[in-house]
Amino acid sequence: MKHLVRNTLIVVIGLIIIGLVSYIFIYGGQIDVLNPKGVIAEKQRNLIVFTVLLSLLVVVPVFVLLGVISWKYRATNKKAPKYRPNWDNNKWLETIWWGVPIAIIVVLSVVTWKTSHELDPYKPLASSVEPVEVQVVALQWKWLFIYPKYNVASVNELYIPNKTPINFTITSDAPMNSFWIPNLGGQVYAMSGMSTKLHLMADSDGEYAGSSANISGEGFADMKFTTYSRNKDEFMRWIDQSQRSGSSLTQESYDQIAEPGSVEPKQFALADSKLYDTIVMKYMMPSKYKNHSNSTMNDGESPHHDSETMKNMPYMERME
Amino acid sequence: MEIFAGLLGRLDLNALPSELITIGGAIAVVGGGLTVIAALTYLKRWTWLYKNWLTSLDAKKIGIMYIIVAIIMLMRGVGDVMMIRTQQILASSQIGGGLVSSDTFQQVFSAHGTIMIFFVAMGLMFGIINLIMPLQLGARDVAFPFLNSVSFWLFATGMVLVNISLIIGEFSPGGWLGYPPLTELAYSPGVGVDYWIWSLQIAGIGSLLSGINFIVTILKMRAPGMTMMKMPIFPWSVLSAMILVVFAFPILTATLGMLSLDRLMGMHFFTSDFGGNPMMYINLIWAWGHPEVYILILPAFGIFSEVVATFSKKRLFGYPTMVAALIMISVLSFIVWLHHFFTMGGGANVNAFFGIMTMIIAIPTGVKIFNWLFTMYGGRIDFKSPMIWFLAFVITFTIGGVTGVLMAVPAIDFQVHNSLFLVAHFHNVIIGGVVFGYFAGLTYWFPKIFGFTLNDRLGRYAAYLWTIGFFLAFMPLYILGLMGATRRLDHYDDPAWLPLFIVAGIGAAIIALGIAVQVLQFAVSLWQRKSNIDTTGDPWDGRTLEWSVPSPAPHYNFAVTPVVTQRDQFWEDKQAGLSTSRPRYESIHLPKNSGLGMAIAGGAFLIGFGLIWHIWWLAIIGGVAVILFVIVRTCDDDSEYTISASEIAALDTPYRQEKGLL
Repeated sequence: MKHLVRNTLIVVIGLIIIGLVSYIFIYGGQIDVLNPKGVIAEKQRNLIVFTVLLSLLVVVPVFVLLGVISWKYRATNKKAPKYRPNWDNNKWLETIWWGVPIAIIVVLSVVTWKTSHELDPYKPLASSVEPVEVQVVALQWKWLFIYPKYNVASVNELYIPNKTPINFTITSDAPMNSFWIPNLGGQVYAMSGMSTKLHLMADSDGEYAGSSANISGEGFADMKFTTYSRNKDEFMRWIDQSQRSGSSLTQESYDQIAEPGSVEPKQFALADSKLYDTIVMKYMMPSKYKNHSNSTMNDGESPHHDSETMKNMPYMERME
Repeated sequence: MEIFAGLLGRLDLNALPSELITIGGAIAVVGGGLTVIAALTYLKRWTWLYKNWLTSLDAKKIGIMYIIVAIIMLMRGVGDVMMIRTQQILASSQIGGGLVSSDTFQQVFSAHGTIMIFFVAMGLMFGIINLIMPLQLGARDVAFPFLNSVSFWLFATGMVLVNISLIIGEFSPGGWLGYPPLTELAYSPGVGVDYWIWSLQIAGIGSLLSGINFIVTILKMRAPGMTMMKMPIFPWSVLSAMILVVFAFPILTATLGMLSLDRLMGMHFFTSDFGGNPMMYINLIWAWGHPEVYILILPAFGIFSEVVATFSKKRLFGYPTMVAALIMISVLSFIVWLHHFFTMGGGANVNAFFGIMTMIIAIPTGVKIFNWLFTMYGGRIDFKSPMIWFLAFVITFTIGGVTGVLMAVPAIDFQVHNSLFLVAHFHNVIIGGVVFGYFAGLTYWFPKIFGFTLNDRLGRYAAYLWTIGFFLAFMPLYILGLMGATRRLDHYDDPAWLPLFIVAGIGAAIIALGIAVQVLQFAVSLWQRKSNIDTTGDPWDGRTLEWSVPSPAPHYNFAVTPVVTQRDQFWEDKQAGLSTSRPRYESIHLPKNSGLGMAIAGGAFLIGFGLIWHIWWLAIIGGVAVILFVIVRTCDDDSEYTISASEIAALDTPYRQEKGLL
């Protein structure tokens, strides 16, 4: 019986390891975070590897000590070293195991401080290429991308030129969400009445999965998009195509899209260049913009705030 | 009829479940309840139940009731998990078709998280503290026995509300922490979120009262001579945790209170518009939520300290360091909450500060692990099942610690936040730390409570199954998270994810098998209790005072108040030879049973149920009842009874004769 249990354990653990290795062999390329396609994701991946290796300085001794001590001092061991029931402190030993973790954490703290600044999602990426602005709106349950400079917009489909910094400004017109393209780099929350920022850049052509990392209601599992990274020419072709797609994104058509539900990817010409600001501001000044389920805004006042109000609004600020 | 319209608030026949799975859940709850009622009636046990259990103010009995509730809820929580994984495998494989609708799915995982934290982990924790801590302190009971009963019944009321939501209405689809604005009226107008709020609110107040009770017990009820630094380490861990309870739970109460004002009275604390700020909710809920996980883990650390010392037959290595580490962890746990939302747009300085604070917690935690290892060093280790749980704990918890440090680096967190990597991490530390710790504690102290030991072989098998199941269930989730799989998906398209979800499902099933073995272990041990009986009161050659009294511990705990001169008092006494002179017995005062704890919780139930369904008159009746019962109890001067010295002598003598001490 004793051996049965032990042998079963060994077989099970062996099978697990074989399974894991073959899985990684087959699907390893799809582990997005470990297969970065952009500068930010790459630095984040390297940081993961560095931190794991640093942690091993504590983990390995713990596992070795656990095995050795358990084996040597087991009660059934006839040749166990001396029994010392009252040995309960040793300054040198305690200094070592306070000291080593402290040293590791000091190193890691410095790295953390540096990388928190270096990889701050709010920090624009250094590049000689002029960045492309994309405004992102999380809806129930789809993502809207607005390209203010190019006067186009799309739903559940993000086209970006490669080797070009992309400056995302992110908000939500629905419950909170989180905007994440694992191949390109980390996520940032999308919140209504706020505008958060994220800066990413893709190295090369490719299609990268994008997802919503925060639950936002019933259809949230379907709330995903594909990021198409293309060269500048192809990107411009897509812009052109979208402008001539025949669908136009106005306040009215936006309100339709914003209704809860899932949609297929679609492109639009952008008719309302201040749409993003309106979406953010309607939570800041709800009485002015009325209820967000109510699309008629023509009560004599312009739905768009003047730039002066905009500047004074706190929504672009953040904790420092 | 007009006048009666609205008398039941939002409650009507539509509240009954309509989906096949939810009907099944409702039938299970109703059926289980009816079976218990029928059995009690058939066996004519109602009076026995009421007199010996429900109204008891004996901390040990209250502890057992906590643990029974926690174990039943553990089974429901695991049932929820099986449903979650089945859904995730079926809905995305070619077999097609999910098990449940996405709305039901969201209720299931919200219930899973809520139940596992509030009604399983907290229940096991309060249960074990009640069972053993007064005994370790050399005390007769906790400081406020009646308050203890109120705490338990409020906890039970919260549990009842969660489970009633299966039958009447629905549960929250907003996740276990219910982030607004999703949980605001605009997006969740139904009763689900209200069920979640009021079950946590009522159980949370119970927890706060328990926290106060245990702090006072530790500070005021220790045996003569037991200075703080001579106290066993488990009460130290409880003290650290309960200080966190007292500071953190009011935050939870206030936060949920504001959310319910938003929902009941149309206020705007956490709405997106009219000046509300959901980010404030997220800060507040984690200002409670982060200490909460340390509230759960610190007593588990205390348990392991006792278990390792006892089964290694050695003093705990570095006791002062262990105490310092506990205090350090509890202080630090209050300044790390922001690491739960680095992705909310905080500045680099803010994120870096909270990241570094989080990593610093790894230092005292790591030190504790080394101290346990060197407690074993030079000992004679008996690998009984509590030690197997300890080995499993060190291995899993260390891995969980590494992934925790990873996620504490903000730049890394951006890539794994809210993914299945995070889910794997917190199960890694909560199962590996909290659950394994409490199982070790339950096995270790079981004979002290029930008078016989648990079958050790089955206990070891359960530990093996849990450990293997754990690795199969959660290692795939780390990989899935790195593949971009976010948490809480009821379906997904990527075929590469399916094999990992299947493995995770198998792992969950193996854990369920582990629980089945634990049930079997209990049944077999009960069956063979004659051969496992513990006549000595000290089956493991223990070190602390609880082992100096007979098993099961008498309701008055100690026949004679022990006097303490050193740490590990009982071990040292045994080394010096136990005293054989006849002790000087004195009469003992104990609290009388009281049904008022249950009655107060009954009032709280009416408040909760009334507010959930907008049945205002019911809530008012509940409120009045609570106040009334508290006044009645306050006016009751006849709340104690006395056991005379001769009665104590008669009860204690057989045990002392058995041990050859007379």
